[in-house]
Amino acid sequence: MTKDTFTGHRGLMLEEPLLFEQGQEGRTGVDLPEPAAVKSRLGDCARGRSVPLPGLSEPQVVRHFTRLSQRNYGIDSGFFPLGSCTMKHNPRINEKVVRLGGLGDLHPMQPESTVQGALRLIDDLADWLMKLTGMPAVAMSPAAGAHGELCGLMAIRSKLDSDGQQHRMRMLVPESAHGTNPASAAACGFTVDPIPANKRGRVDLEAFRAKLGDDVAGMMLTNPNTCGLFENDIIELAAMIHEAGGYFYCDGANFNAIVGRVRPGDLGVDCMHINLHKTFSTPHGGGGPGSGPTVLSDALSAFAPLPYVVKDGDRFRLVEHPGDADEKPFGRMKGFHGQMGMFVRAIAYMLSHGKDGLRQVSGDAVLNANYILASLKDVMTAPFGGPCMHEALFDDAFLKDTGVSTLDFAKAMIDEGFHPMTMYFPLVVHGAMLMEPTETEGREALDEFIGSMRFLAEKAKAGDVDRFKNAPQLTPWRRLDETGAARKPVLRWTPLEPDQQAAE
Amino acid sequence: MRYLPLTEADRQSMLARIGAPSVDALFRDVPEQAYHDGDFDLPDFKGELEVERLLRGYADENLGANSVPCFLGAGAYHHHVPSSVDYLIQRGEFLTAYTPYQPEIAQGTLQYVFEFQTQVAMLTGMDVANAGMYDGATSCGEAVAMAMRITRRSKAVLSGWLHPHYREVVETNAHFLGTEIHSEPADPLNGTDLSALIDDQTACVVVQNPGIFGHVRDYSDLAAACHEKGALLVMIVTEAVSLGALKSPGEMGADIVAGEGQSFGVQLGYGGPYVGLFATRQKYVRNMPGRLCGETVDEDGRRGYVLTLSTREQHIRREKATSNICTASGLCALAFTIHVSLLGEAGLDRLAKLNHAAAVTLAEKLEALDGVELLNDTFFNEFTIKLSKPADTVVEKLAGKGILGGVPVSRMMPGAGLDNCLILAATETATAEDIDHLVSSLKEALA
Repeated sequence: MTKDTFTGHRGLMLEEPLLFEQGQEGRTGVDLPEPAAVKSRLGDCARGRSVPLPGLSEPQVVRHFTRLSQRNYGIDSGFFPLGSCTMKHNPRINEKVVRLGGLGDLHPMQPESTVQGALRLIDDLADWLMKLTGMPAVAMSPAAGAHGELCGLMAIRSKLDSDGQQHRMRMLVPESAHGTNPASAAACGFTVDPIPANKRGRVDLEAFRAKLGDDVAGMMLTNPNTCGLFENDIIELAAMIHEAGGYFYCDGANFNAIVGRVRPGDLGVDCMHINLHKTFSTPHGGGGPGSGPTVLSDALSAFAPLPYVVKDGDRFRLVEHPGDADEKPFGRMKGFHGQMGMFVRAIAYMLSHGKDGLRQVSGDAVLNANYILASLKDVMTAPFGGPCMHEALFDDAFLKDTGVSTLDFAKAMIDEGFHPMTMYFPLVVHGAMLMEPTETEGREALDEFIGSMRFLAEKAKAGDVDRFKNAPQLTPWRRLDETGAARKPVLRWTPLEPDQQAAE
Repeated sequence: MRYLPLTEADRQSMLARIGAPSVDALFRDVPEQAYHDGDFDLPDFKGELEVERLLRGYADENLGANSVPCFLGAGAYHHHVPSSVDYLIQRGEFLTAYTPYQPEIAQGTLQYVFEFQTQVAMLTGMDVANAGMYDGATSCGEAVAMAMRITRRSKAVLSGWLHPHYREVVETNAHFLGTEIHSEPADPLNGTDLSALIDDQTACVVVQNPGIFGHVRDYSDLAAACHEKGALLVMIVTEAVSLGALKSPGEMGADIVAGEGQSFGVQLGYGGPYVGLFATRQKYVRNMPGRLCGETVDEDGRRGYVLTLSTREQHIRREKATSNICTASGLCALAFTIHVSLLGEAGLDRLAKLNHAAAVTLAEKLEALDGVELLNDTFFNEFTIKLSKPADTVVEKLAGKGILGGVPVSRMMPGAGLDNCLILAATETATAEDIDHLVSSLKEALA
């Protein structure tokens, strides 16, 4: 890279080399005491030389990561309408309480007598989740949404096996489903059979009926679905799959659209994961961690994985082994007991809203999405009309013959000051653009966004292609070469060989 | 409702533009019998002060590991986290960012992921690492699945010194995929010669170093035996700080390393969220699960980073993906990266020595007690002792005295005949007073 100035900086957007290109040998950012002289008990396993990590001071490290943070856009920076990802405000009270010593500094293998509050919290959160979903049981340990999917499928498989239904191996999954759905089904040993969508963006009832048979294990359905629509035949679909001897997995990633208004248990759902980080606001942290508790129907509840919390009089107890369980747990899915850090944040968020506030959450989320849909449908194309649920779906028909692609449109949004929407998903429409405002955006933010989208749509139709092809211009980096990155993957920094160093 | 900006006037004018009479009307696609108009038996909303009080209520019923001498390990470790770690991960641009789907405005996340991958590869002595998994146990499950994909074989041999939770995750996955698992029994005195168990259907042998009972071993010969028979060696590391003191898995010939990164920067948090580590050899990179970040250039030729090799992943390959994982433990990986950056070569070396010294000091004092037998010939910061009484009752007594005094083996392996065995870890947080306090209290408890 050539440097135009002495420092290589561009104003105050400072260049930041990799950690490994900085530092001095022997420098460190921690002050640790001199270790006592002891006789080594490492046997023949002692490391020959220390790990050649760069030596940086505390101020250098703080500056490095502060500069990196400044290259990131988060929900604290502004509007983030990434469809299906539910980027809502992250309250700081959640961060405060999760760091309380009595919650953050607990070791997972402490004696039960010393963690009664933690166990009570897990039990209370489970109670909220069961009541809001109208389901009789919940497995708390899954570490993320996709892990929750796997949990539900393992429960289904276990139930089928215990009923002598080993031949039921086929799982019906709509084409529009999240990619995790078929991947989870495969990870549980099922074969995946796709179901097409109809012209209304819902599962095609007739195509679904034709797929049923005595080898069907169940179906996986996202509701509201990935087109942002409520599957209005859902009760019929549930009845059909049950009649065929299968079970109904609901992908609950979009539960925030219906929380406080629809209980999945009333729809005939047998299991559904809940992304605590979406519906109940825990930080997405650049893509994680998540948490995916999975609610289970009466039919499946006996198979919930270990461990789980039970109440014994006024004490709480952890069931960690099959021998201690009254039920028939299918096994263990992760180390220890679940994503406690997410549980604390989620319950703080639930208490902050209460049942009345959560009903308002789904109302405002749906209102905001419909407001965007109504305000843009004359300049962009909405394939399924309205009303939508918590996200508004457009396709690229309005860009036909303009030379502007969905990707170009998204990149131009960055120059207008917005994080782009989700692109090219769901696959059931061409050039999909999925926008999710969430309930924590106010009308002013929506109006600004709508104004910019209308402006871009009009510029595209007017043939101002350069604006799109060259976007983004106003970002720390221009478009990055993803093809080159995949062709010759460089996945880590590697020290230069001594002769390369001399040549530099 | 302080998180909800819409006023009633906003709602009315927005409904007018939509052309809907009410918010409820927007839910008209919900079948009538499924629309819940009833009440929920749950509380109404509360202000910030009241929420904080309620959460403190839960916290006050627990004994925080930071407030008492803590000697618990077995897969989660009580280390000091430098203050700048928690400050930096709470910067809103990190905390509230999503998966870096738009690399032009996510270089902060992408660069630290690239740095995390490099650190993990350096620590484990492997060629490449991914962006992180859920935790060590799930990482272990994925490592076994990956070994089966690579070798097209269907059996795995698990060491008796593997963490029981890790073993149970592997066994759960295997049950549903119909794969064959051979688990060696847990014996704190004897590790089995696993090379005798490898046959032409063995995809991998899984060992843990240090093992669940704390023993450290050089597995180079086992790696050679695996390779001779076309199997892979999977090495598990539950205490990442040990990588600063022990021969690296790569140096011993491991093919896949799966581990737990909690020790660097991540709070104990009652078991999660943590960060799974996952590293392998260059030739297996396209079989690796999880996210990967790679270096590239932008249109102006500036170095930058993007998510890459996504054709292995669920959102492209669907049921043919290398795994169903779509989340990375991004924020925990960031905490790990910052902590390791602060340590550097000199700091890591010293931290590892402090851990070992604390554990050796503790072991020497315990060995001198009546009713205590040390079962380890080697260890890093964790070891197992056999007591003259059941370990769970002893631990309860110690808790009564305000000491978190180890993990009874029976808590993880009931019925293994190891009821009197106790696993103790001593880290840099254990002071000389803490150690003396534990030793004298244990002596009393055994009397």
